[in-house]
Amino acid sequence: MTAELTGLSIAALRDGYAAKSFSPVEVVDAYIAALDAARDLNAYVATTPDRARADAKASEARIAAGTARPLEGIPLGIKDLFATEGVHTQAASHILDGFKPFYESTITARLFGDGATMLGKLNMDEFAMGSSNETSFYGPVVNPWRAGGGSSNAALVPGGSSGGSSAAVAANLCAGATATDTGGSIRQPAAFTGTVGIKPTYGRCSRWGVVAFASSLDQAGPITRTVRDAAIMLRSMAGFDPKDSTSADIAVPDYEAATGRGMKGKRIGIPKEYRVDGMPEEIEALWAKGRAMLQDAGAEIVDISLPHTKYALPAYYIVAPAEASSNLARYDGVRYGLRVPGRDVTSMYENTRAAGFGTEVKRRIMIGTYVLSAGYYDAYYLRAQKVRTLIKRDFETVFADGIDAILTPATPSSAFGVGEMSKASPIEMYLNDIFTVTANMAGLPAMAVPAGLDGKQLPLSLQLIGRPFDEETLFAAAQVIEDAAGSFSPTRWW
Amino acid sequence: MTLGARIADKKQFLKGATGDWEIVVGMEVHAQVTSNAKLFSGASTGFGGAPNSHVSFVDAAMPGMLPVINEMCVAQAVKTGLGLKAEINLRSVFDRKNYFYPDLPQGYQISQFKQPIVGEGEVIVDLTDGTSFRVGIERLHLEQDAGKSVHDQHPSKSFVDLNRSGVALMEIVSRPDIRSPEEARAYLTKLRTILRYLGTCDGNMEEGSLRADVNVSVRKPGGPLGTRCEIKNVNSIRFVGQAVEKEARRQIGIIEDGGTIDQETRLFDPVKGETRSMRSKEEAHDYRYFPDPDLLPLEIDQAFVDEIARNLPELPDDKKARFVSSYGLSPYDAGVLVGEQVSADYFEATAKGRDAKTAANWVINELFGRLNKEGKAIETSPIAPAQLGGLIDLIAAGTISGKIAKDVFEILWTEGGDPAAIVNDRGMIQVTDTAEIEAVIDQVIAANPDKVEQAKAKPTLLGWFVGQVMKSSGGKANPGAVNDILKRKLGI
Repeated sequence: MTAELTGLSIAALRDGYAAKSFSPVEVVDAYIAALDAARDLNAYVATTPDRARADAKASEARIAAGTARPLEGIPLGIKDLFATEGVHTQAASHILDGFKPFYESTITARLFGDGATMLGKLNMDEFAMGSSNETSFYGPVVNPWRAGGGSSNAALVPGGSSGGSSAAVAANLCAGATATDTGGSIRQPAAFTGTVGIKPTYGRCSRWGVVAFASSLDQAGPITRTVRDAAIMLRSMAGFDPKDSTSADIAVPDYEAATGRGMKGKRIGIPKEYRVDGMPEEIEALWAKGRAMLQDAGAEIVDISLPHTKYALPAYYIVAPAEASSNLARYDGVRYGLRVPGRDVTSMYENTRAAGFGTEVKRRIMIGTYVLSAGYYDAYYLRAQKVRTLIKRDFETVFADGIDAILTPATPSSAFGVGEMSKASPIEMYLNDIFTVTANMAGLPAMAVPAGLDGKQLPLSLQLIGRPFDEETLFAAAQVIEDAAGSFSPTRWW
Repeated sequence: MTLGARIADKKQFLKGATGDWEIVVGMEVHAQVTSNAKLFSGASTGFGGAPNSHVSFVDAAMPGMLPVINEMCVAQAVKTGLGLKAEINLRSVFDRKNYFYPDLPQGYQISQFKQPIVGEGEVIVDLTDGTSFRVGIERLHLEQDAGKSVHDQHPSKSFVDLNRSGVALMEIVSRPDIRSPEEARAYLTKLRTILRYLGTCDGNMEEGSLRADVNVSVRKPGGPLGTRCEIKNVNSIRFVGQAVEKEARRQIGIIEDGGTIDQETRLFDPVKGETRSMRSKEEAHDYRYFPDPDLLPLEIDQAFVDEIARNLPELPDDKKARFVSSYGLSPYDAGVLVGEQVSADYFEATAKGRDAKTAANWVINELFGRLNKEGKAIETSPIAPAQLGGLIDLIAAGTISGKIAKDVFEILWTEGGDPAAIVNDRGMIQVTDTAEIEAVIDQVIAANPDKVEQAKAKPTLLGWFVGQVMKSSGGKANPGAVNDILKRKLGI
């Protein structure tokens, strides 16, 4: 019974609560037991079982009273990047040691306001910088998937930066998780774990109370086990927030209803530039399968061109570090978190930041500082912003030509081994984002949905990119793929 | 317009060993925007709160906090721009100016670097000799103030007070159109007056609401501009004048000794009366400006600007012109009266329905003189415009003489009251009854036959007789009537 409860989707929990088949307390207890049994995955950096139980009791009362809210009694995992009042919020960094905010992020406040509870804070790459969850101060998260249907003993990465979120959702350690995506940090880990992840349109979800990585690219979204669950969670997360100046004052539609719309009359673009050199045949085959699924559902498949795609990754690795170098200046040891004393204030800064930031974060701060420096700004930052405009224009052009959504692979490969990239150059790791960064650069909604397994029996996903604020078409298309491809869960070994 | 094109009047040149030197000054004035809340947070801007009592999570740069623009501050910047006759940019951009300092919690100051909200404008500055000159305004932009580091509370530690952190400032940048210490003082005084008229900055320099960074260079008159030094954070109008003078003389000394000026940032020490180096150009920060991705470009529409323009108060230049044309005041008197809005209002209330020149004389000479002497502001004047006006009415009606009026003014200042009642109750009314005056005159003539003879030959002796009569009447005789009757009786 216990294992069955943690395996239920959010929609199934909701229906089960309504039918009084089980109670939120039973579900939360099942999850707490599952968390205890899954410590080897290292998905959580802090757990909040007492709070989850207390919330579950309150939810039980509401369900009994008939006043259940949309996410009543749904146990979620929260990425450590979201400020949660009085609870561990450290962006998986040493420099935020002991930081417990006095405020609640808008996103978590909305989720909790809709009845959800929190099982704990999820591991991630430090300050969301990474594609394997290996840069966390709390150590790497292990992917619940293993090659050969669990027969291999080699630990795989769950993707990053939302690796704790993807691993926890895939391993049934929460019903759904919050995540954030700056260059692919929702979609790539979702793809590596056979889960569903959507990065909504920039401005759809409030950034207030989310520790900033690159402000013009950061966007929160859910990782879930089904497309419907992603739609349910996003509806609670999305919406205008006057506390975020970049938040969009646009009504939030019923995404769950949109999952059933189908593909009739929709035109799906297939961009030729995403057929990159050396792309594994399996990925190519998966992409073809995806096209067929959508076509079978009534969509028209159209070959399109997004000519500036190849410049997106290098431009991203200028814009994102530039903003990060400034956003992370506040971690100076003066007001909160880690402080390593020094003989004067400058040496205190140096000691604190040297000890508090990991290698990848330091690398990006240095890149960002360099590209903004006098004499380099025009050559790097300004040019990258121009590239960004061109990438945006590529998309505007195809959307103006009547394309409703774009289908691409989500990642160039399935999950790789923990430590496998440690000797590789940082750029090889950055190539993980090659299909995903364009949506961040253009601010567009994009979603990763599982579509099959590769030869190693590891999950692979497709990516859907949509028009600004048209997440509904993505949900409709993703539902078609999910219905055709089925769901994928790892064999339990932990 | 060529930078530094204006050449100063010869009398403003500084004499050096190698001849005359001309001072060239430009100023960056930081004016705290009058608003209840900070530029990007809802925290109070109140002065004098306990340390760190006016600090929001945004001001303290807690993780995940975001700035949201305060519309009031935007309106104030636009209003100031209009007051400086400047172009208003409907689209402006906030940038981040990055540097590390403990009183800068974000590690960057949000400022407007490339696209400020206000562009080119001007300030017309009046000098005491009645001449005026134009100072070009290059730009005005909005930015955050930093907090305050406190170094004198602990032997080994420094403390940080973030009450000021995030308070809105307007940085008003002038062209290098200023040519002397006096002009520098006059420019800052005039700018302060305009800001106070507009109600966009209280101009309180003691509380730090107005601070000036003063750029000073010297050159041979009309020659190419010299290398400038920036004197940071000068916090009084008097110090601005001193700093310009001292810095110019320092630079002349170096150049005349065969040296060159290094571009650097300096501080003015008012106690020692000198400027000293703070940091050289080499030590200057690389601020790595870039547009703040947390804020969209600031876009305002013309209707917003027009609405502010419609409600703009009458500005000092216009008021001065009106005082000259409508009241017939001298430009000097008008200039003195419009220096503060309250002074101008006081004058207008006093002059209403009365002779304006008399009112101006009484306000400037008697009232301002007395306020100055006692170190009082006009807002706390013991004499209200209605009282001073009543006094002027009594003079106009011939009820009291100018001399008696000064006594009444004294009573009003110390005891208050209604001028007419005071004059009445205390028997200060001027005697205009000619019979009464004639009687006194007859007595004086009878007592001084020799003087009467002399007066026939030398009519100017009339003054002596007037004095005697006034003395005998206790000052209450109408001087006009005394004059007339004396002339007739003395036959002159």
